[in-house]
Amino acid sequence: MDTVSSAARPQAPATGAPGLRLLATLLAVAALGAVPFVAPTMQLLVNLALAKGLAVMGVTVLLRAGQVSFGHALYFAVAAYGGAFLMAAMPGADLLLLLVAGVAGATLAGLLVGLFVVRYRGIFFGMLNLAFSMIFWSILEKFYHITGGADGIRLPRPTVLGMELGRGDFELVLFYLSIALMLGLGWFTIRWFASPMGQLFQTIKTNETRLEYLGVSPRRALLSGYLLSALLCGAGGVIMGVAQGVVTPEYAWWIRSGEMVFIAVLGGSGSVQGAFIGALIYEFVRTYASAFAGDVWQMLLGGFLLVIILFAPRGVIGIVEAIGRRTARSEDTR
Amino acid sequence: MNLTIFVLALFDGIAYAALVFIVALGLTLIFGVMRILNVAHGSLYAIGAYATVSLTGAFLAMGFAPVFAFPLMLVSAILVGVLLGGPIEWLLLRRIYDKPEVLQLLVTFAVFMILEDVQRLAWGSQPYFQAAALQALGNVTLFGVTYTVYQLILLPAVALTLLLGLRFFLRRTVIGKLILATTEDREAAQSIGIDADKVFLLTFIVGAALAGLGGALASPTTSILPGMGADMIVLSFAVVATAGLGQIEGAALTALLIGLGRSFAVYVWPETAVLVPYLIMVLVLLVRPEGLFGSPAARKI
Amino acid sequence: MSAPLLETRNLEIRFGGVIAANDVSLTIESGRNLAIIGPNGAGKTTFLNICTGWLKPTRGQVLFEGKDITPLPPRKIVRRGVARAFQIPQLFTEHTALENLLIAVAAREGLRNPVRDLHTIPERAEMMHLLEMVNCADVADRTVVELSEGQRKLVDIAVALALRPRLLLMDEPTSGVASSQKHRIMEILVEALAQAQVTSVFVEHDMGIVEKYADEVAVWNAGNVQLRGTPAEVLEHPDVIRDVIGEVA
Repeated sequence: MDTVSSAARPQAPATGAPGLRLLATLLAVAALGAVPFVAPTMQLLVNLALAKGLAVMGVTVLLRAGQVSFGHALYFAVAAYGGAFLMAAMPGADLLLLLVAGVAGATLAGLLVGLFVVRYRGIFFGMLNLAFSMIFWSILEKFYHITGGADGIRLPRPTVLGMELGRGDFELVLFYLSIALMLGLGWFTIRWFASPMGQLFQTIKTNETRLEYLGVSPRRALLSGYLLSALLCGAGGVIMGVAQGVVTPEYAWWIRSGEMVFIAVLGGSGSVQGAFIGALIYEFVRTYASAFAGDVWQMLLGGFLLVIILFAPRGVIGIVEAIGRRTARSEDTR
Repeated sequence: MNLTIFVLALFDGIAYAALVFIVALGLTLIFGVMRILNVAHGSLYAIGAYATVSLTGAFLAMGFAPVFAFPLMLVSAILVGVLLGGPIEWLLLRRIYDKPEVLQLLVTFAVFMILEDVQRLAWGSQPYFQAAALQALGNVTLFGVTYTVYQLILLPAVALTLLLGLRFFLRRTVIGKLILATTEDREAAQSIGIDADKVFLLTFIVGAALAGLGGALASPTTSILPGMGADMIVLSFAVVATAGLGQIEGAALTALLIGLGRSFAVYVWPETAVLVPYLIMVLVLLVRPEGLFGSPAARKI
Repeated sequence: MSAPLLETRNLEIRFGGVIAANDVSLTIESGRNLAIIGPNGAGKTTFLNICTGWLKPTRGQVLFEGKDITPLPPRKIVRRGVARAFQIPQLFTEHTALENLLIAVAAREGLRNPVRDLHTIPERAEMMHLLEMVNCADVADRTVVELSEGQRKLVDIAVALALRPRLLLMDEPTSGVASSQKHRIMEILVEALAQAQVTSVFVEHDMGIVEKYADEVAVWNAGNVQLRGTPAEVLEHPDVIRDVIGEVA
């Protein structure tokens, strides 16, 4: 994160071979799309990873402005609970309606909290976000007659375009919806980074004084990205809630937020592709490691996070790019 | 609300504020000197509590009198400071002082994650109780309300002693003045021969020990269980942020404000008790973004 | 007579015990280049900071085109047509020189399209031209951290010009620029300012530059304007030779 990132130049990736990168992305998406048929036992796992990836993308957006939030699970939870309440109020509501409502709820929450937290940077920004997520978490826990307390509330299976689907079909629909969201929102986020608004947002990281002297409010610039980050977390939250069929206060718990930050840093701070690669690696390792490392999982995460920060500050994407550069250079000299 | 409940809420608030202040003091001291917000501070608090419970339990089992609980609290706090605080500063933080603030935050957050599991490994997830110290001091009746001496007198006395002691230490002793000099300008301090590395190490150990002491003192009055560290870091940050980062006297007043706010909420609308500290923080920061006692940092251009 | 472009009335500001602006009343007429000279600590940069809203005076007013702008934050003053270049260049260090200008255009035009690449906007050619003008076209695609100190100063000025201001405030525009280039840069700059009808105020220590490129000179001393006049008048004045030029030499 302290290295000169390619953040400012998204159209000229450091690997120097945009065609190759596109091909790799296409292959990876095709491989993901084949999961339900090639490896059906992994379908749910991949789906949960995609939900997390969407939320991690939200944290990634903020990293581009040099900010870290320890409370973005808040938006994850707001969207998931929003979906659950909607299902309770309108049994048999449509999946798309659920998605729209959850994302809208998260974005609205992002606006309310955002108007306050964009006044701060660094430590305050990170910790105030944490405080807001803890507030929401304790509301979920304490007001159990509304929220179901620690047990949470069920999120029954919604209809899809008016049809009531069986479990298998529904899970398939949800899976491809998640892939569509990854592609759609991922594309949008990458384009947004390169857009005038996205570029103004990213200058928060390097020089707010100049931003102010361009006639732009740094707070408003930060708020634009904050709303996008809340929206992305919201999309992830709805998918997660629907996939699990139940939402609990754990959705808003700080460990969940920490996990998102962890994956964002692991994947390569600031990289959209890295968010999903990180989320997939994370979910797989966690699932297979929980058998023997469940008790020390946080400890492993923390230790790994330290190693990444101290020795590979640009995460997995950074490592891949560094290797790419090295190979390119050695080919040049040949 | 009748008078008895009012007095009860008042006493609750004071006792609670004293505990929170001790923890927040460590947090704000470390920040004031080192410009680092230690997210793992809450874990140090929790480990201080666990260590006290274990040590006290062991001593009581060996037949020692309950008053031994008090020196054991001090021992626990020092252990936390030296065995955890020391290595954290020495092995990790020392490497990142020149890194961006966000990176420093991530590092202490990683330590937090690690220490949360360390607690679970060492002490499991079932709650612990150890009220020997509380019972050893008995009760006192004031304004018609019977309250424990431990909470009503000892805790505030310790908090006040620490506040005055730290003030005296920083302003009147040589080491304190060295610390303040390093805080103001690290390079200038080094150029006149101050070992800034040592100052930082010492500060972090003291700050960590204060977290441990907070946990030790809290242990007789609460059940010790996983998650208490996470609650405490957010709460003590709320106190420190409301006061203004690095403000020691301010933290004392804010702790009182937040402690009283919370305890009155407990009697009026219990569900909201946990929310009150944050509401106070948000309200204060809306009006004064740099905290009640902080001053806005002007950037030179 | 129409209102002056910028006018300050009785500005006063203190830092601790030091008075950095002491009853400063100054008018700046349209179409002139005013140089501000004076010893270090005389309050020259503070004056620019007050005029652009970065610092709020304890007393007094700043008027731009006859309207009171004293309470406005810098961004609102910038939006009214006052741009600023800094003594220490204020640039987006992870972006390229060209991108710094493109971002300035995005701010100027209020571009909102969330999926359009900033590099594809039509003003790109205009910005390349600006970079050519300040002699930095060859480093357009280098990130700011890779630029020399002098290049950063020039890009900083170009960013301010990209905003199409009516008044440009510059803090030592040629410090850090190689001395062989100083006059050439000032030549181009003054020409560009005249062409775009931009009025300028610049703080300067190099009396050669002041003499050649300023229409007027204001001498700062102890937080106030000690003397004002044409370069010829001011630079010959015995007080100025003693307090200002003597110090530089």
